[in-house]
Order: sequence, then structure tokens, then C-alpha cells
Amino acid sequence: MPEIIFDDQQVRKSLKRMAKAMADDEVYLVGIRRGGSRLANALQKRLRKQGVTVWRGDLDISFYRDDLEQTSLHPVVHSSELTEDISGRHIWLVDDVLFTGRTIRAALDELFDYGRPASVSLAVLIDRGGRELPIQPDLVGLQYTAPEDALIDLHIEKDHEGKSRWRVTQRAR
Amino acid sequence: MKIDLLIQHGRLIDPASAVDEIADVWIHDGRIAGTGCFSGKAKRTIDARGMIVCPGLIDMHVHLREPGQEWKEDIASGSKAAVAGGVTRVCCMPNTQPCLDHAGVLAQLAARNQAVGLVHLHPIAAVSKGLKGTELTEMRELAAAGAVAFSDDGKPIWHAGVMRKALEYASSFGFLVIQHAEEPTLTAGGAINEGWVSTQMGVPGMPAEGEDSIIARDIMLTRLTDARYHVAHISTAGAVAQVRAAQQQGLKVSAEAAPHHFALTEEEVLGYRSDAKMSPPLRTEADRQAVIEGLRDGTIAVIATDHAPHHEDDKRCGLECAAFGIVGLETMLPVSLMLVREKVLSLSELIAKMTVNPARLLNLAAGRLAKGDIADVCVFDPDEQWTLDRNRLYSKSRNTPWHGKTMQGRVRHTITAGKLVFSLPEAS
Amino acid sequence: MKHLFGIAELSAERIRHLLSISASMQGINRRSIKKAPALRGKTVINLFFENSTRTRTSFEIAGKRLSADVINISASTSATKKGESLLDTGQTLAAMQPHALVIRHSLAGCCHFLADFLPHTSIINAGDGAHEHPTQVLTDLLTIEQALGTTITGKVMTMVGDIAHSRVARSHLLAAQKLGYHIRLVAPKTLLPVQVERFGCSVSHDFDEAIEGSDIVYMLRVQNERLASACCFPSVREYHETYGLHRQRLARAGDHCLVMHPGPMNRGVEIATDVADSLQSRVLEQVENGVAVRMAVLTECIMHRDAAAAEAAENEDEDDED
Repeated sequence: MPEIIFDDQQVRKSLKRMAKAMADDEVYLVGIRRGGSRLANALQKRLRKQGVTVWRGDLDISFYRDDLEQTSLHPVVHSSELTEDISGRHIWLVDDVLFTGRTIRAALDELFDYGRPASVSLAVLIDRGGRELPIQPDLVGLQYTAPEDALIDLHIEKDHEGKSRWRVTQRAR
Repeated sequence: MKIDLLIQHGRLIDPASAVDEIADVWIHDGRIAGTGCFSGKAKRTIDARGMIVCPGLIDMHVHLREPGQEWKEDIASGSKAAVAGGVTRVCCMPNTQPCLDHAGVLAQLAARNQAVGLVHLHPIAAVSKGLKGTELTEMRELAAAGAVAFSDDGKPIWHAGVMRKALEYASSFGFLVIQHAEEPTLTAGGAINEGWVSTQMGVPGMPAEGEDSIIARDIMLTRLTDARYHVAHISTAGAVAQVRAAQQQGLKVSAEAAPHHFALTEEEVLGYRSDAKMSPPLRTEADRQAVIEGLRDGTIAVIATDHAPHHEDDKRCGLECAAFGIVGLETMLPVSLMLVREKVLSLSELIAKMTVNPARLLNLAAGRLAKGDIADVCVFDPDEQWTLDRNRLYSKSRNTPWHGKTMQGRVRHTITAGKLVFSLPEAS
Repeated sequence: MKHLFGIAELSAERIRHLLSISASMQGINRRSIKKAPALRGKTVINLFFENSTRTRTSFEIAGKRLSADVINISASTSATKKGESLLDTGQTLAAMQPHALVIRHSLAGCCHFLADFLPHTSIINAGDGAHEHPTQVLTDLLTIEQALGTTITGKVMTMVGDIAHSRVARSHLLAAQKLGYHIRLVAPKTLLPVQVERFGCSVSHDFDEAIEGSDIVYMLRVQNERLASACCFPSVREYHETYGLHRQRLARAGDHCLVMHPGPMNRGVEIATDVADSLQSRVLEQVENGVAVRMAVLTECIMHRDAAAAEAAENEDEDDED
């Protein structure tokens, strides 16, 4: 059984804090599919409320993974969509859970096949530790040290009133 | 005095004399010395308890490939395959290199066969010189040199005018003409039967009408010429119906069927299996049933294999490019026994189609086990189940669709002219 | 999926999966740096025994865009020994340890045949005789569904021309059964294989009648010299009159009807130039999408993807916070 490690309230609080830290004249958010994209959408909503102009893009890193031969492709591979040119822009790369850093490595590779950004910063909701590459986040919502074999998942579900509920769980592999 | 060989306690089936009983058969000086209950001494005894003892089988449609293509088969390897299949008389087809269109080639074959000494060899000589379909061979001289019938098999005698003359000339002397019935302008480029299977596979097909149309024409010519006409490897429902109708009209029309045409259908080639490619091709289930019905009602009097050995190189090149034909001598009896298990024929009727019936058609004093007959005998177990391994065939070639399949019925001993020429290794 | 022999071996789910991967590959093809590292270090050999500039180029670009090393071999064959040289060439190339062999050959079943002898290489069918051409049909499906904005299920495709010798036709007839679209075949009997209606399609000899109510008109290339000499039709003039697609005929289907052709087109034979270049024509999209489809096929085969598409009905909770 998955165990809840952060509840809706804790997630909402950190989202608010992250949006505040990101706020600028304009922000370019690039989510990593699929969890990072949902997080980027949530951040976009909060940034817009603050009057920030937000650009959005999404990356599907399937074809950039370093373990393509060991894992199978998710049956529904989404296109990467970066409609607005990234060259010369300051990019926020957004993901839900930061673990080994390999996903971020793949995302950086793919991002640079779209253009040459002025800078790339990394925002993650949860940093669970366990890095295998020299990659560190610039903005972290929730810090949590998980056992190496644990799986940390971010969920967003509608309750009976149709209201979104956030939840972060941990389960054994 | 001791007789040479005694076959004891077997079920003796001799369709020619309507015998089907448990009896001994004893052989001396290459001939049947008697049948019934033997009391006396024998130099050698075969215990045939539980076995069938019948005349040695006659296969009137075999490609021995000698002379000219000895890497596929030769008289020695083909004879070994024959006796392993219970066959003591082999009629070899003329499409060798040089082809059997000259008495000198037949004399050479006879000498080679005598040296090998396992079977009786009865050549079927060419109808036309060089199998070219234009000029007739010297049929009388060829018959005198041992030819038992005439055919251009491998190819049809396509030209209607030449066929008419061939039938007229052959029938003047009572010779049988055997037709490979195929209209080449309808079958050109085809590799398998034309139908749903060929449409799905995208492989050019050969329509049943390619066989039927030549037979229709030939039956008309047979009526015109009062000839003896024999359809080789009959494979379609239309062909069986025409042969039946011609026989009902009193024409001297006969037919043979190959085991693959009554045991398998065109679906065997699915997956592009070139070991199921032959000419005529495996046909539909309706055709297969029509061939079985033709065997049942006697329209088809003979079972013959169309044993056609090919080297691996000629088969291992994709279905469309692969050579036509499969080996058959070693599978003829077990495959044909399905007709008895499915109650199409009695065991005696089945054996007749591989012994006395072809003997009568070819005017051979053979295919019988009466006292004084040449002692050609086949002893087989009708029930033994075994798995065919193409690497253990006696033939030089491996092209069989039955590799890995379970066979029921197995030849134990074969005797040619009183000589034990084959015993199943573990049974001897 | 290790090999791609034909549509025959694919389930509907597998076809959908390949189309989904293909759609994601389109993104790579439309950006300025058209390269992803998915097949880095993989070797693909395009072994073409028949001339085909477009299919070969499409596979070549597909492999290169995924960072594979692609080698093209154009082998010619004499008619008599073509099977033998196919095996020899296949074994020789396989000994150099490529990950995939992409094969185009005039011999139906050449992929089944080769795969028996080359256990370690993925075999991808780029057209085998008159049998199958699966990547063309996947390309067509992607093009149709994106142009219609809906799935092809329930749609009517009228396919016209030399069905008998067409590998594209056979692959579409199989795909139609799996995905539930209807094919109307239009041709004289000389260009139809026997019992073709057993694929579940309908058959007509009257193009004007059949084109009405079509969502897609699919024109097949007619090899006019060969077919005329084989008595399949009397003249190009009569063929174009009876079975060619021209403006007035297309009007019977309506403006929504897509016009497709696997190429290369014989303008003025099976298709009139104004139709070929019209807004209804999807011929160039077919070519463009061919690259994405072949990228997907190469990835799936080389990576031996066996994860069934179905298994992944894994809940797509794309719900966003609202």
C-alpha cells in the first residue's frame, strides 16, 4: 500500500511558494511529460494570477532516454511541443520528482535540439535525493529523503465535489 | 530341402487373387513357392505376426534424376528410398539429361540398375524427341528396350496436333500415353494453386482450369483416336469428374493420384513453405475430397508418388523461385494408409492401387503373390507410429512437407525377386 | 516486435501503438535540429533489390534522424537466381551484425524466408513482391486520420487500379479488417486477384458509381507497358477514360474526399494533374509522414519492443488541476 508522505495542503503551500520565487516579467515553463507538465500547468495558473506572462512548452524525453533498451516505451508517447522559440530565453525546466538526474540530462539534451536558451533553471516539486549525475535543482518545493528502492509518485485527483486534490505517496518497488 | 525364405504368420493380402488371411508365404529361387500353412525348413524366416504381407509396391511415377542430375538422386539412392518404402518396381520418368528418348539410354539405365540390384526398373520413355513436343520418339524400339509407357512428364504434351499423332501412333501398338496435364499459357509464372491462398500471399497462382482444360482436350482426342490415355498426378475436382465421365463412356482413360494431393491442401504453403511446392500444386479442400472420392469409386485406379527429389539449393530460395516437387517414395505407404483409417478404401483396395492396378495398366506380370510369381513382397506394420525425420531419408534429397510429422504404418521388410533388400534397422 | 513482415502479423492495438509513436516522431521532423539519439550506435542496412527512391530515402532519413548508422545497398538480380542471391546477400550482410535489415524485393515472402536464416537481425519489409508493404499503409493511416481529425473506423476508401499486383492493396485490405474501415476495389477483372472479396471488401468495375460516398480515393500506380502487353487492358487511353481520376469524377465524391497515391504517380494515366495537385490531394503528406512512421518502426523493431500496446491502457490520468 502506498503511504502518503505529503498531503494536498502541503503541496499547495509549496506550489504557492515556488510560483512566488519564479515570478518575473515573463516566465517560460517547460514541463517534462507527464508529471512535470501537470506541475508546470499548476505553476502557470498561479503565476498568471500574479500578472506574470507565462510561456509553456512540454518535452517527451522518450527518445532521449539512456535506458531505451531496458524499458519499454510508454504506449502513448506524446509529442514534445515547444511552439515558442526557446533561443535566447530563460527557461524553467519543471519536473515533479527529482531522483537520479538522468531524466533531466535527457531533457537538457532534447531542449538543446530545439535551440540555444540564454539559461536553463530547474524547478522540482520533490527532491528525494539519490542523484547519479551532477545535477541540482534551483528551486525545490518539498525536500524528502526516500529509501533508494522507494517509488515516489505525485497524484492529482478530483474529490467528490470535483475539486482537485494533490497527494505525494511512497511505495516499495 | 530347405526353402530360401519363409514369411510366417502374417496377414497375407493379395488383391489380385482376392486373398486376405493369416498365412505363411514361402519363397524359393526368386519366386513364390507357395502360400498357406508351411511345414518344412527354411534358410531364413521372417516372423510377420501382426504385420501385413502384400505384393511389393509399384510406383509408376518416379523421377530418379539419373542420368544428369545425380546430385539430387541416382539409381542407387532412389532404389534404397524405394525399398525403404516397400516399393519393388519403379517406373522412372524420362525428363533426365539426356532424356529417355533413345533406346541406348534405356540400355544404360538397365545396366546401372542391374548393378545396384534392389528394384525392378521400368522406364517410361519420352513421347517426343528431346521432350520438345514436336517430333515423336521411336516408340517401338523404346518399348522393345523396356519402356512400359510414354510421357513427356515434367512438361505437358501441349500441342494438340502433336498429341493427336502421339495418341494415334501409340495406340496402333497398344502403348499407354501419360499426360502431365497443364496448359502452360494459363499456368505461366504460377508457383502455387490459384485461389484464396495465392491471393492472400501475393504469389502468382496456377488455376485448376490449367489442368482441366488440357484433360478436356485430351479426352476428346482419346475418343477420336481410340487410344489409351492416362492422367498423371490428378489434382482437381474438375479433372476427376472428366475422367469419370470418360470412363463411363467406355474410353480407355485412367488416372493416378499422388499421396500429397489426397493428404494435403494448398494451406500447406502458407508461411511460404517451398517444401509444399509441386506441380500440379496442392489444391483446395474440395479438390482433395474429389480426389479421395475418385479413389473410392475407382475412377482413380493408381496411387503413384511423383517422387521428385531436389537439392536444398533449389528449394532454399523463396517460394516463387523454388523448384517444383517433393520426395515421396518413403512416405507413400504410411500417408496412403490414412485412406484405410478414414474408411475410404479397404486395406486390400488400397494395396491394389499400388500393386496389381498399375501392373495391369503397364502390362507387367507383377503385383501378385500367387505360386510361381516373381517374389516381390512388402511386409509392413499398419499401426506403428513414427516421426519422419528428413535427415534420415534414404533419398539424397530432403524436400518433404512431412518432416517432423507423425506417420502411421511402417515398412519392415522388402523383398525383390526373392532377395531381402530392406529390413527396418531395429526390426531385423 | 522484432520484425515487421506485414500488417497481417499486427494486432489493431499494435497498429494504434505504432501510429501513436509515429505522431510523436513528427515533432522531431518539424523542428530545426531534426535529430534524436534514440538509435545511436545502431546499424540499419537498407537492402533494395528493386529501385525505389522514395521508400529507400524515407527509411534512410528515418534512421539518420534517430542517429542510427544507415547503409544503403542497391542489389540487382537476375530473374532466375534471385532467391539464391537474396539468401547469400542477406547472410553476408547479417554477418556484419547490423541491428536491422530493411528489405525490398520482388519475391513475395522474402522477409519470412530470410528471417528463418538470420536469427539475430530485425527484418523490416519495405515491399515484398505483390504481398505486403506495411510501412506505406501505416503512413497512409497516419495521414488519413490526421487529415480527417478522427479515426478511420467506419470510413470508406475506394481503391482503384492494379490490385492484383499491388502489395499496398493487400496491406490495406488487411488493415481495413483490423481497424474497421471499408474498402471498395475498382478495377477490371484482369487487375483483380481471384476471390479478393474474401478480404471483406466490395468490388466494382464502375468507378463513377463506386466513388460516390467515398471518404478517401486511393489511386494505385499502373505499370502501363507491362500491363498492356499482358492483356490486362487495351490501352492507356481507355484505361484513363474508365479508371483514371479526373476532376469531374472526383466531384461525385465531394470536396471532403481525400485523394491519395503511394507514388510515383503516372500523371494522365491513373490520375489527372489537376487532381494530383489539388487541395484534396494528400500525396505530399503521405511522403512526409512516411519518415515519421519509419522512425517509429525502426525504433520498435530494433529495441525489440514487446510491451503490448494494450497492457498500457494504464490509466492516462491527464487530469489537470482546475
